[in-house]
Amino acid sequence: MAKRNFLGPHGTVLSLGEFWLLTIAGFALFFGAWSLLAWSGWLPPNLLPSPRAVWATLVRLWDNPFAGHVYADHMLASLGRFLMGWAIAVAIGIPLGLLMGWYRLLDEIVTPLFDSIRFVAPLAWVPLAALWFGTGIGGPLLIIFVGSFAPCVISAYRGARLVEPRLVEAAQTLGASGRQVIQHVLVPGAMPSIISGLRVSAGLGWQSLVGSELIVVGAGLGYLMVQGQGNLATDVVIAGMIGIGVVGFAIDVALRGVEAWFRRRWGQTA
Amino acid sequence: MSEIVFKAVTKTFRLPRGGEFLAIDTTDLRIEEKEFVAIVGPSGCGKTTLMRMAAGLEFPSSGSVEVGGKRVVGPGPERAVVFQQFALMPWKTVRENIGFGLMCRGAPKAEADAAIGRYIELMGLSGHEDSFPHQLSGGMQQRVAIARAYVMNPAALLMDEPFGALDAQTRIVMQEELVRLARRNPRTVIFITHAVDEAIYLADRVVVMGRKPGRIIETIDIKPLRAEGGWEEMPIEEVMDTPAFTHMRSRIWKLLKAREQAAADH
Ligand SMILES: Nc1ncnc2c1ncn2[C@@H]1O[C@H](COP(=O)(O)OP(=O)(O)OP(=O)(O)O)[C@@H](O)[C@H]1O
Ligand SMILES: [Mg+2]
Repeated sequence: MAKRNFLGPHGTVLSLGEFWLLTIAGFALFFGAWSLLAWSGWLPPNLLPSPRAVWATLVRLWDNPFAGHVYADHMLASLGRFLMGWAIAVAIGIPLGLLMGWYRLLDEIVTPLFDSIRFVAPLAWVPLAALWFGTGIGGPLLIIFVGSFAPCVISAYRGARLVEPRLVEAAQTLGASGRQVIQHVLVPGAMPSIISGLRVSAGLGWQSLVGSELIVVGAGLGYLMVQGQGNLATDVVIAGMIGIGVVGFAIDVALRGVEAWFRRRWGQTA
Repeated sequence: MSEIVFKAVTKTFRLPRGGEFLAIDTTDLRIEEKEFVAIVGPSGCGKTTLMRMAAGLEFPSSGSVEVGGKRVVGPGPERAVVFQQFALMPWKTVRENIGFGLMCRGAPKAEADAAIGRYIELMGLSGHEDSFPHQLSGGMQQRVAIARAYVMNPAALLMDEPFGALDAQTRIVMQEELVRLARRNPRTVIFITHAVDEAIYLADRVVVMGRKPGRIIETIDIKPLRAEGGWEEMPIEEVMDTPAFTHMRSRIWKLLKAREQAAADH
């Protein structure tokens, strides 16, 4: 395996060591500024707790239930909800995008509709979701779905359009049936684009999560934060935000791994 | 039955900015069953277009193309194509690419594996069975594309500059191999090339095309020369030194040159 390099700003190439150094420097700067701000007393502690206080809260939430559950359970509840909503978006969005890419007619029917609906932000669906589903599981799923659906469709559509026509021809001259062309040429050809679309859609879906959890009762990082807000517990709210950031980052890293694996296998075409 | 017959074929392309472009002007060509025909001609004279119509990937604007007495309505595995730009599937290994047609045909695994192995060896691809196309040189990719067509054992082979990306040595090996293959198991071949030498050495007949508009300017029988000269028993470099060969080469060069001159004066 070749030495891994990271692209710095302006296209400079960073070594792994330099990469981590700069990453840590960024975090140190952020937490330093935060501590300073909290310590200066410029903002009262009930509005801006220090990093140390938030950490203590996190440790406390880990063992003691808040809003009915311990921290890890809130996290898992969110993650499960996200995975369900995202999976539905992927399962519907990707086939739809592929079909739109392959069939001109469908493209022309769906695209204008799709283009106008996708500018309605996921949060703007909250009232409708609440009216339809009340506090059931359907509400948050709808909102996560809305958040991650568009990038699924768009990436699959682009992928389908990018497949070289010559490869389809080659397969046909080798006797491939329609089904075989789809299975061995069109789908794999669209794959690199689909995979990067998965990453984008997961990110957006996860971001829609808090909005979705404003309307559920029960458990979840968003729910934890809403309850924290109700109790004027800023530290709990920030602890929830950290959880959202960490889980979101972990999802992205996992999907980036999948993307890298595909790119290696697919070669230069990705 | 796999003779390929072009009857009064013309092909016009609609241009993106409106208007039409006449790529092939009224062309008649009959390629007999098991005949090896090479097509030479300047870039853009319609060689690929002509071949694609035999493959069923393009359709004549007027006239007809028939293979084995039946009008061509689409592509099929009995007419294997070696594409000018290889057209390998980037997500399949060398082995999977070569075996793709056999898989589509539903060939038994053991039989397919044996055939694939044979062509991997024949094409000098041993050791790269599990590589992906982007890990191979251009010449190796081209050999995969050739193997993928050969392995189908098609009645007709349509090859578009199949040796274009090969180095001189490999090219000679491939040419001799093709002659051997053609002799052992004759089939109808359309072989497009820019190399006049190659065309004369390989083909029963050489079709010389010109452009503006694209059409056949002459077809030349090579078969009698080969039989008289005993070319099949000789190594390629000796064949190329025979007077009959050099004479033929200059004749074709003159045809191409005269035609280009005429096109330029136009
Ligand atoms: N799909 C198309 N649309 C428009 N014009 C085309 C199309 N395909 C080919 N042509 C034109 O038809 C002419 C013949 O093209 P063709 O590819 O058959 O040439 P060729 O003889 O194979 O050239 P080369 O030796 O460079 O491969 C060219 O002028 C080309 O621009
Ligand atoms: Mg060509």
